[in-house]
Amino acid sequence: MKTCLVVDDSSVVRKIARRILEGLEFEVTEAEDGSKALEICRRKLPDAVLLDWNMPVMDGFEFMGHMRRLPGGDQPKVVFCTTENNVAHIAQALSGGANEYIMKPFDKDIIADKFAEVGLIPVGQAMV
Amino acid sequence: MTPTEYEYLRKFLKDNSGLDLSADKQYLIESRLLPLARKAGLSGIAELVQKLQAGSRALITDVVEAMTTNETFFFRDKVPFDHFRDHIMPEVIKARAGKRSVRIWCAAGSTGQEPYSLAMCLKEMSAALTGWRVEIIATDLSQEVLEKAKAGVYSQFEVQRGLPIQMLVKHFKQIGETWQINPELRAMVQHRQLNLLHDFAQLGTFDVIFCRNVLIYFDQGTKINIFNRLARQIEPDGFLVLGAAETVVGLTDTFRPIAERRGLYRPNDPRAAAAKPVLAAVAPRMAAMAGR
Repeated sequence: MKTCLVVDDSSVVRKIARRILEGLEFEVTEAEDGSKALEICRRKLPDAVLLDWNMPVMDGFEFMGHMRRLPGGDQPKVVFCTTENNVAHIAQALSGGANEYIMKPFDKDIIADKFAEVGLIPVGQAMV
Repeated sequence: MTPTEYEYLRKFLKDNSGLDLSADKQYLIESRLLPLARKAGLSGIAELVQKLQAGSRALITDVVEAMTTNETFFFRDKVPFDHFRDHIMPEVIKARAGKRSVRIWCAAGSTGQEPYSLAMCLKEMSAALTGWRVEIIATDLSQEVLEKAKAGVYSQFEVQRGLPIQMLVKHFKQIGETWQINPELRAMVQHRQLNLLHDFAQLGTFDVIFCRNVLIYFDQGTKINIFNRLARQIEPDGFLVLGAAETVVGLTDTFRPIAERRGLYRPNDPRAAAAKPVLAAVAPRMAAMAGR
């Protein structure tokens, strides 16, 4: 089973994301900010990170920079999931090492499409 | 689904949405309404019909939407666009190297996602197409839909279905909460109103025809008629792309499927069909040889 770390300071968003990702057969762990997410990644890197941008303590962009420098940290697929919906933020995320980018609000179809896009799930699964 | 249930749903959809299904659209109804019934915790179509008859407001809206929403998003189903990029275009580039011209028809262009997806594919291979004349004609029945396609403006939700983020950044411009496809790509697509039931010979001939997820709405006779007319508008070495649930098999021999490439078809050479009696004459001789 593939693993996904959901990083968001909203427990509601984490709950919705968890439900969707478990439906796509991911084993889900949660973190409420970048710093807690980094602790989890230091212990074991997930296959995927669904990552909010604006969070207390450490934001998503800073977290991604630290995670990418961990041994094997280039492996996880990072999919941003944020209300920052402008080209400047998207470009910054991509050049900082993000694989995909979701603009909130999101639903199951968008998550499935984006995860299929980066090869985390087969394309067919995104069609269901 | 019993005939009574089917008739009820047909009339229900006609009254509530104007959607006019012919007598043989059980498949379409089942493929759209079974998932909806399950989601609503119902056992199947029969129970769904009971709920509709009882006047469940929420379900009525859901059913109408499920039957009339034309799901269309960028790079829908992915595979046809892989075929286009990896198989169709390399062949076309070889075959038309002298003419340096390619004509593509999206016969159910809808709100533009399919023709623009093709335009993006072509843009990505522009090095191989320098000096080429590239035409994409997108047709649709509805004028309203065509206007949307022409404008090329999509909601945040629409641009997140099927479109990789790099392509969004590269080929779209953000306007408030919406995204508009770049003028350069819009200029690659011509939009025209067209009913596939009517004559379309005036469009000329094409190297590639995308005709996906529209023939499912027609009865068998109409499908055959459309295939035969499509065959007249396609170059002998052209390509036809159908939707994942569609096929020519059992309907017409004007096209043949390409092995290992789902949804991809090529026209049969009419001369090959005419040559059939010759093959029949050869066959006994070969049998005789085998018997020696």
